[in-house]
Amino acid sequence: MTDKNEFDTLSRRGFLKASVAAAAVGAAPMFFMNNANAYTNAPKGGTFTLGFNVPQTGAYADEGADELRAFKLAVKHINGEGDGGMMNTMKPIVLKGNGVLGKKAVFVTGDTQTKSDAARASAKRMIEKDGALMISGGSSSGVAIAVQGLCQEAGVIFMAGLTHSNDTTGKDKRRYGFRHFFNAKMTGSALGPVLKEEMGTDRVAYHLTSDYTWGWTQEESIKETTEGLGWKTKATVRTPVGAGDFSQYITPILNSGADTLILNHYGKDMVNSLTQSVQFGLRDKMVNGKQFEIIVPLYSRLMAQGAGDNLKGILGTTNWNWALKDAGSKAFVKSFGAEYGFPPSQAAHTCYVQTLLYANACEMAGTFDPSQVIRSLEGFKFDGMGNGETEYRAEDHQCLKDVLVVRGNQNPSNQFDLLEIVKEVPRSQVEYDPAIFGGKLGPYKV
Amino acid sequence: MDALLIQLLNGLDKGGAYALIALGLTLTFGTLGVVNFAHGALFMLGAFCSVLFKQVLTISKKVKDESITFFDAYKEQPYLEIWWGDTGAMIIDYAVPISIIMVIPVMLLIGVALERGLIKHFYKRTHAEQILVTFGLAIVLQEVIKMFFGANPIPMPAPDIVSGSAAIGAALGLSDNLVYPWWRLIYLVFAGVIIFSVFAFLRYTTFGMVVRAGMADRETVGLLGINIQKRFTIVFGLATVVAGIAGAMYTPILPPDYHMGMDFLVLSFVVVVVGGMGSLEGAVAAGFLLGMLQSFASLNEVKAIFPGIDQIIIYLVAVVILLVRPRGLMGREGVMEE
Amino acid sequence: MIKSILEKFSLEKNSSVMLVFAAVVLSAPIWLTPFGANYPDLLQKFAIFGIFAIGFNILFGLTGYLSFGHAVFLGVGSYTAVWVFKLFTMNVLPAVMLSVAIAAVFALLIGYISLRRSGIYFSILTLALAQMSYNLAYSVLTPITSGETGLQLSSEDPRYIDSLLGAGVQEGLPATNFFGMSMSGYSGFYFCAIFLILAFYISLKIFRSPYGLKLIAIKSNQKRMLYTGFNTRPYLLSAFVISGMFAGLAGGLMAATDPLAGAERMQWTASGEVVLMTILGGSGTLIGPLLGVGVIKYFENIFSALNETSLREIFNFLPDVVADFLVSITHVFVGEGWHLTLGILFMLVVIFLPGGIMQGVGIFTRYYKKKMTELKSERSVEKGKSQ
Repeated sequence: MTDKNEFDTLSRRGFLKASVAAAAVGAAPMFFMNNANAYTNAPKGGTFTLGFNVPQTGAYADEGADELRAFKLAVKHINGEGDGGMMNTMKPIVLKGNGVLGKKAVFVTGDTQTKSDAARASAKRMIEKDGALMISGGSSSGVAIAVQGLCQEAGVIFMAGLTHSNDTTGKDKRRYGFRHFFNAKMTGSALGPVLKEEMGTDRVAYHLTSDYTWGWTQEESIKETTEGLGWKTKATVRTPVGAGDFSQYITPILNSGADTLILNHYGKDMVNSLTQSVQFGLRDKMVNGKQFEIIVPLYSRLMAQGAGDNLKGILGTTNWNWALKDAGSKAFVKSFGAEYGFPPSQAAHTCYVQTLLYANACEMAGTFDPSQVIRSLEGFKFDGMGNGETEYRAEDHQCLKDVLVVRGNQNPSNQFDLLEIVKEVPRSQVEYDPAIFGGKLGPYKV
Repeated sequence: MDALLIQLLNGLDKGGAYALIALGLTLTFGTLGVVNFAHGALFMLGAFCSVLFKQVLTISKKVKDESITFFDAYKEQPYLEIWWGDTGAMIIDYAVPISIIMVIPVMLLIGVALERGLIKHFYKRTHAEQILVTFGLAIVLQEVIKMFFGANPIPMPAPDIVSGSAAIGAALGLSDNLVYPWWRLIYLVFAGVIIFSVFAFLRYTTFGMVVRAGMADRETVGLLGINIQKRFTIVFGLATVVAGIAGAMYTPILPPDYHMGMDFLVLSFVVVVVGGMGSLEGAVAAGFLLGMLQSFASLNEVKAIFPGIDQIIIYLVAVVILLVRPRGLMGREGVMEE
Repeated sequence: MIKSILEKFSLEKNSSVMLVFAAVVLSAPIWLTPFGANYPDLLQKFAIFGIFAIGFNILFGLTGYLSFGHAVFLGVGSYTAVWVFKLFTMNVLPAVMLSVAIAAVFALLIGYISLRRSGIYFSILTLALAQMSYNLAYSVLTPITSGETGLQLSSEDPRYIDSLLGAGVQEGLPATNFFGMSMSGYSGFYFCAIFLILAFYISLKIFRSPYGLKLIAIKSNQKRMLYTGFNTRPYLLSAFVISGMFAGLAGGLMAATDPLAGAERMQWTASGEVVLMTILGGSGTLIGPLLGVGVIKYFENIFSALNETSLREIFNFLPDVVADFLVSITHVFVGEGWHLTLGILFMLVVIFLPGGIMQGVGIFTRYYKKKMTELKSERSVEKGKSQ
């Protein structure tokens, strides 16, 4: 190899022969891989495997870590360890705290890196190598949609983690995918009445929007709502994801005549754009005789910490908050807090609830066969898991429940008390026709 | 008119930040001939020095929130406030600027240690190897920070008195809408001072003269009996300090997280190369040019004509400049060309 | 007479290189089992990124031109392939062929612009062009690329050729295939593996041809080449396009085994990854880049998946105290800490083995050979004594 003078004259035929011989050797293990099971990864022995696919590196690593904590807690509770958490409050429930169908739950973990490719690779490992029956987790809509597509092809159920885009249960919905989180459309419907009450019907809005699909769907939904209230939309400006410094997008707002800024940003982008907007004095400004207001439609308590005091008094929505007073939320906060020493985030709540729901659906179906499990999840109505009465809608696998409108807490009583609940908007107000987003669920059997 | 003026100011502001970030990088390029992929990580380390400083200042007395029974929730009050009252509160308020006092020696130490322990051995290695080792270093530094501070951004507000905006327009008799955040103006001035000091240091001191001579012909300088190695160590330390304070002062604008270095890495390389390798003047000029162009390209009026132009303007300018001027704006021949 | 024997011998030797290589690649499912890496997706990724790195090495390893934008061709290849699936047919052959062709066009374009400069200026030009492509694909070009969500198949896709050939309408999405052979699972791996072997063969041919020699000459001293009146540009451009086509092939295969194409595949970090793989393994060597691919992909997929529970299983055989201690130590370096381990590895390899892993292999074999000859001579001395 080091001798460059030795020119290669390997003949094509010799090469082909060699390849065929080697192929024969290599093909051997394939014969052992044939598997006559009726569905993917039917559990053998006394356990069944769940795959928890969360961001462990990258910007959402802290959210991923919180999701993982919730997953572990859920597995404990399913197997009858610990205090049972929401197993005591969920109604109806068929789980008995002895695993599912007599099998104990075990889990494998993986890193999505908040990248579609890495998330799919990780999910594939769980399915192909570890024999996972269900995949859950994730912290962005792009990843959720990519993994959901994969799970449909593989015939494995996907319980989407944190994903807020309308597309997840809209145009990209899949039979094997379920979402417990709410979406941009529901955010819009929930915010509407509160905005009307607090800011009136005569406002001029200016949108800064993350330039990708989630940002666009949220902008569209919020715009629809605010224009329905009679607000005008001055401009919608797209900002690159991960821009860091948003100043060049904020300066034009000063002169625009708008009196409300809507930040369709999430995570780091939200923290940065909000911090910088406040620095530009937007919140101290008076425009058209009205106090200038900033709205952050989608909140995350974990990320909100990064915005510090800038967050105080700013309106938004969230899926769930640990300060909720219903029995289910209290039970969950209690066992999570006792285990880890701090309250769970909304991402943790979503992942915990979904794991329990999946386990319960298997027990209800009497089998791990996903085509049956899907049928028992579709249209399933339950209560006692936070957010009141909840339904997994059969038509699009979107979870329908109450949505929280929150405000950055002006006067927190402790270090976790960042969001103050303004209103629990009832489910009936955020419901929508599943047909409006198009898309097809696909078959039960793959 | 107001809109253009404020965008002009914004361009200057961005340019100052870009130039400052690129300054340390071009120093290492020009003098040591090292492609330092850990430069962004050093920027991030500076920011976290500041975070650490603030965390030490705000060590708090914790009063348990009795309404929470499932876990420990506290209402916190920093000891500094308890002991010194308003003076303590003021010190905490000024944490970011005060932290510079700590950032400088710490970053100098880190820089010298890195040069002695690692970078020194890579002067004669290929650029590819330099990239691999400094990239590895950047990942390690990043992950260590993540281990201690988590992945979420950490709020680092500017002192209260400068947290708002300066009413420039009103002061000049122009529109009231012409305002600009105090801290950004401070950062711009700060960037100017640092850049000027580094220039002056290299231009008007004997030390600087020797370093510049070393850049031009290292062997001859060595033959003259001058210990150029020692000077290079100091230059790397200097570059580290510049990166560090740039990061620390940037925290009120961008709440720091462990990954912020990587986000700035590509940008700073583009600035340096557009300016011309090893040219300090070039880096500064390129910083301001790119900042200005980016600011104007982000206007909706411009984006309406060229969709997505704000996303690519920096790279587009880089390509055009490198094609028109082979060595960037002010690059010298023969630096990093093989 | 002797010359012809020698020629025949060298032919034997080179075909045996290919024979060994093909055997190693095709038997990967067997020998990777003990490492926990024997499952289709990872095997496919090994093969696909192997092709990508081999191609990158043709440019960087031979000419020394460090491209920081090679992931663009991978991304372009993927998008092309998915569009072929959507528009024409689910058979992977046309998709893969078109991916290579379109990637070649992009490579010609980007190469033509970037190769006007050398050194770091070349690197930054490729980086800038690649970042432009990525940013546009992520946002403005969403109608073509579907942005963040990634380009996926849909049941409403026309698939003109398939429908002409009378493929019945089915519920759900059709799967990619090679004349009926499924592209997921192990058959997908063997499909990629054949391309990997082909790619390796081409790379071997290039490395040992006069053309390859000229590329190496450009690396060692381009100026001298120019002074002798030798026009280096066509050689550089062709090497750039060839390596871009390899990347396009890799992208096409990625889409073939998993029909999705996302913009992040084109981001600078993705380009950086192939640079790291190549340097880590040993640039300019034939096998090095493949070793680099193996190490990085193994870390990304296996190390990242280790958690406390799985670590405890590994250390189960030890007494509890020792096991707890080991778990708490190793925990830092796996799972969410896998990046840290990778960073440390980069530093260690490049500090102690500037030529990458291949240099380590070289040192080891030389040491081994020396030992063997020492042993032999000792033996012969002993023999002499005993006589």
